[in-house]
Amino acid sequence: MTGRGIVLLVLAGLLLAVAPLVGDRYVVSVLTTVLWFAYVGQAWNVMMGFSGLLSLGHALYVGLGAYVSAALFVHYGIGPWAGMLLAMLVSVAVGTFIGFLGFRFGVKGVHFSLLTIAFAEVARIGFDHIQWLGGSGGLFLPVEAGVSDPLNLRGSPTLFYYVILALVLGALALSRVLLHSRLGYQWLAVREDPEAAEAVGVDLFRARMTAVAVSSALTALGGVFQAFYFNNLFPEQVFSMGRSIEIILPAIVGGIGTLIGPILGAFILTPLGEGLTFLIEAGGLDLPGLKQLFYGVALVTIVVFRPEGVWPWLARRLRLVRQPGEEA
Amino acid sequence: MPIDYYLNIAASGLLTGLVYGLAALGLSVIFGVVRVVNFAHGEMMVAGMYGAVLLAGFLGLDPLLSAPIVAAVLFVCGWLLQRGVVNKFVERPEHMQFILLLGIASILVNGMLMLFGPDARNVSVPYSFDTVEIGPMLLDAVRLRAGAAAIVVAAALFAFFRFSRTGKAIRACADNPLGARVVGLNIDGLYALTFGIGAAVVGVAGALMSLLVDARPQLAPEYTLLSFIIVIIGGLGSLPGALLGGMLIGVSEALAGFLLMPSLKSLFSYGVLIVVLLLRPQGLLGKRS
Repeated sequence: MTGRGIVLLVLAGLLLAVAPLVGDRYVVSVLTTVLWFAYVGQAWNVMMGFSGLLSLGHALYVGLGAYVSAALFVHYGIGPWAGMLLAMLVSVAVGTFIGFLGFRFGVKGVHFSLLTIAFAEVARIGFDHIQWLGGSGGLFLPVEAGVSDPLNLRGSPTLFYYVILALVLGALALSRVLLHSRLGYQWLAVREDPEAAEAVGVDLFRARMTAVAVSSALTALGGVFQAFYFNNLFPEQVFSMGRSIEIILPAIVGGIGTLIGPILGAFILTPLGEGLTFLIEAGGLDLPGLKQLFYGVALVTIVVFRPEGVWPWLARRLRLVRQPGEEA
Repeated sequence: MPIDYYLNIAASGLLTGLVYGLAALGLSVIFGVVRVVNFAHGEMMVAGMYGAVLLAGFLGLDPLLSAPIVAAVLFVCGWLLQRGVVNKFVERPEHMQFILLLGIASILVNGMLMLFGPDARNVSVPYSFDTVEIGPMLLDAVRLRAGAAAIVVAAALFAFFRFSRTGKAIRACADNPLGARVVGLNIDGLYALTFGIGAAVVGVAGALMSLLVDARPQLAPEYTLLSFIIVIIGGLGSLPGALLGGMLIGVSEALAGFLLMPSLKSLFSYGVLIVVLLLRPQGLLGKRS
């Protein structure tokens, strides 16, 4: 990154850090949504962007993280900071199980993507029938107004805002460290050319499994946050195919395989989507599906006109990175 | 419980399965030739359902009669889609194609949601509640007609690919695009034609399905996945496989819905999909690539 890029990044970070002090509740809630999508987008990016595994069922890991932590809290009173460990563990176990099946049986390309969809759908239908977790009627977390209990992740929207901001920065730092590690280079090699990578001694199976493990663990944390932020979980929403698509959007729009891409993508898409809904509703119209329609248009526009994503193009135009093609 | 009971359920599942199979046939045709996986397939099918619903509402047309109109409209849409957008993606990485078609799917399904609302719309025909007795079985008249129509359309499609010059040209394209280009075939034109045919076929399946199920936008992603399941079970690109897979899924869904819970019936299909993906990814009738 150039000096200019670093200055801009730090400025953006400072702006986000003070946002709740200057913005009202609505701004904070929109920013929280933006950051949530930035976070899960980053988590997805580890699999697709770094190692070339197209998961179209990432809602599965969000849902597992959400349900495990919520169940521990509702049934046993175990708070999310402890619960998230089990949530991540379950998510990684399921993720690596799917990965194990997929990679051992040589399921490739569209078949792998369909495998991820199939497991997410199985979870959606399955959770609909688990009465202990509320079934299709939903699982609700107890909400008490005015309680501030950060140890149980109960509190004001500002608390949630800073938690998700910390998650985004943490995921950014982790992605950067991983990408510049031996493992990261192996992932990139596997993404670009699996056979060549194998020929120079990269253990394909191991590289892919670690990518799945890291991605599913990170995504599960997004689920834990979602459970405690919204306080309700419905299998129909949490595990839906539509949710999986929403998760892949930020990285695609921002730039698959880049560090800043998923964050930038979320900051482009979510405010536009929210703003559009806001405008239409202000005009007295209620059009369900408008936001998703807009996301569809954004997706098509990006892959047709700027398939590498907005960030690589923007970074080149504004000279935020040293060389075109270098990882930001 | 007499065996007739199961026979009846299996038979009506089989008839529904024929319509599923026809939808999957469209997916298989597009994949087999253009090598693009149509993630907007169920969305096109539901568009076909709404086409039939609208034609029945405004003109009082029986979906069996409006199916050719629906097919023509979807053919044009599919042709334009391939010409305008998808063709540029044929040589691009697979994941770019998926993402493009997922975007198109999202536009279609939410466009329909905005146009028609989330409520279910049905078609009523004079024979809606008629039943036909065949041996020990008592079958719905609508289901029999829809299944029969699906067979007719599938047979016409097979005949087209087998005997017509254009059909042979398309098959040449599918076998060897480079060779087809060398002998002077217009690949881009044939791709557009194929995508149009695939869209028309799934449109007809949608029109027929409107006889059996109420049209709702939310059905679209389900039908996309169902078509994938069927095509993968039958073998991606294999036309008889798609029809066979459709019948298998139709029967197993009907029996699972009856023996277990109706809400669990698609769980069974996903289970079958996972097993087939792992053990025989080329499908039952597919060739190993």
